[in-house]
Amino acid sequence: MNRFNKKNIFTIVGLVLFYITVQILFNIGILDSYMELNIILICINIILAVGLNLITGFTGQFSLGHAAFMSIGAYTSAVLTAKLGQPFFIGIILSGIVAALAGVLIGIPTLRLKGDYLAIATLGFGEIIKILALNTDYIGGAIGFNDIPQYTNWTWAFGMTVLSIVVIKNFINSYKGRACIAIREDEIAAEAMGVNATHYKVLAFAIGAFFAGIAGSLYANYFYFIKPDSFGFMKSIDILVIVVFGGLGSISGSIVGAIVLSVVSTLLQSVADLRMIIYALVLFGIMMFRPTGLMGKQEFKGFKLKTIKKEVKASESFKGYESI
Amino acid sequence: MEQVFQQMINGISLGGIYALMALGYTMVYGIINLINFAHGDIYMVGAYVGFALTTFFNIGFLPALLISMAATSLLGIIIEKIAYKPLRKSPRITALITAISISLLLQYTMMYFVGPQTRTFPEVLESKSLKFLNGNVILDVKNIYIIAITLILMIALQFIVRKTKMGKAMRASSYDLEAAELMGVNVNKVISFTFAMGSALAGAAGVLVGIYYNTINPLMGSLPGLKAFVAAVLGGIGAIPGAVLGGFSLGIIETIVSANGGSVFKDAVAFLILILVLLVRPNGLLGKTAKEKV
Repeated sequence: MNRFNKKNIFTIVGLVLFYITVQILFNIGILDSYMELNIILICINIILAVGLNLITGFTGQFSLGHAAFMSIGAYTSAVLTAKLGQPFFIGIILSGIVAALAGVLIGIPTLRLKGDYLAIATLGFGEIIKILALNTDYIGGAIGFNDIPQYTNWTWAFGMTVLSIVVIKNFINSYKGRACIAIREDEIAAEAMGVNATHYKVLAFAIGAFFAGIAGSLYANYFYFIKPDSFGFMKSIDILVIVVFGGLGSISGSIVGAIVLSVVSTLLQSVADLRMIIYALVLFGIMMFRPTGLMGKQEFKGFKLKTIKKEVKASESFKGYESI
Repeated sequence: MEQVFQQMINGISLGGIYALMALGYTMVYGIINLINFAHGDIYMVGAYVGFALTTFFNIGFLPALLISMAATSLLGIIIEKIAYKPLRKSPRITALITAISISLLLQYTMMYFVGPQTRTFPEVLESKSLKFLNGNVILDVKNIYIIAITLILMIALQFIVRKTKMGKAMRASSYDLEAAELMGVNVNKVISFTFAMGSALAGAAGVLVGIYYNTINPLMGSLPGLKAFVAAVLGGIGAIPGAVLGGFSLGIIETIVSANGGSVFKDAVAFLILILVLLVRPNGLLGKTAKEKV
């Protein structure tokens, strides 16, 4: 297949133009630093959501501990850049790798569990990481980690967001990605067809964790300051909400979900008292009236997965079977 | 030796509170397969109702406990009718996120009305205590109340589930919801009743925790809620004796860990034990192994 076809070239040109436009808007001051903060938060949320969507939406493994990988990445990057004086490039790559290793370590034993049991085990893992971070003095303990150099800017955030989307989209389109989708649809049937379910589940977990680590690194090196409480259970829920809000199994959904929810959360800051109440009501309303999320399993043009038609058919026939 | 006795007393008191909450989780999960994340917040509401009754209306401890239980069971039924019933057929993740949204709604609505500050629960029980072994082991009246009430509620629950018609319907529904419906069981009524009982137990746990620790705040439900769920999973979710076993073991382990200088790690230990138990026995200690259908 020709990688330099018309579509790919258009996409690249479009992305570069978008990047340059936003950069110019920053330079001439139309977008101020408050806008920059929000845009970078949106990028971080997109990376987190796309990674979790690979685990939960495409492979069907229910994880409630995604923020723990973000925390591992954030602290790795903070130690590397602030304490050891390494450049940001090293910090960002190593945060991803360390988080992915943690993903493999926690994934191999826990991914044997199914459904709610897996959810509760990953939740427990997240809490354990938080409590370990709270009680480790080297990384600041409960007070938090201060004076992290600020390296994250629009270039890094945008670059990493594009990288995560491209890698995960291509992964899902590869035969490995199809194996993951097969596991989501029916694990036993997939294994009967020769798919090594454990291998692909751990692989999906590691890739999701890798990008969560990168997101954590971007977060740490943007806000100067991190503390273990920022990566608790609620953060994992926030990420899961973005994924479900956008649509499980839809990458464009995760992107739209991250943007919409970040904007909503920013707008609600003016009514601080009622903020969480409104957030909860919005969440409740979405689950009640549009439980498949904004995009369902649909993708924007250009994000279309090659397998999507077959997959919809398969799940429809499966549903028919169940209702008998 | 004295230390061991003292820790057992404290551990059983704490474990009783976890067990009361774990029962609610396990009953709801057994019937509709939903992790009711709002359960911890129902416990918080129970504590606040108890607080309001004893502080502003000067009602005695036992009536306050009963009124709180009634109030929380009503709240449980309302939540089930409004939030969970429409989603009974939808995917699990949808129901789970709805449960989380209800949990947030309860927490922050309560915070909006009563303020985020921690409140002191009044001393409703006279502070007497029995001393054993030369005064080295102290059995406080609070401990006796907590242990006694926990046991009474558990026996009552066991009676309802084993001996009444509604209990039979509950057991049938948890075995197979659709088949029970076909046999003429009014499933909606059973589910409402399950929520009512689970929430009443959570409300009782809330009042008991109020008199035991003397402090309550709007976010007090989230961590004990998670830990009670851990206790339910530990014992085997869906199994009522499992929830009791899980609750008491978790309470005792936590007390032992904090008494031996690990108080900062006590929450981590709870989750670590959970992960280890799940790896060895994926269905919990007393859980049934479900066969997978192909």
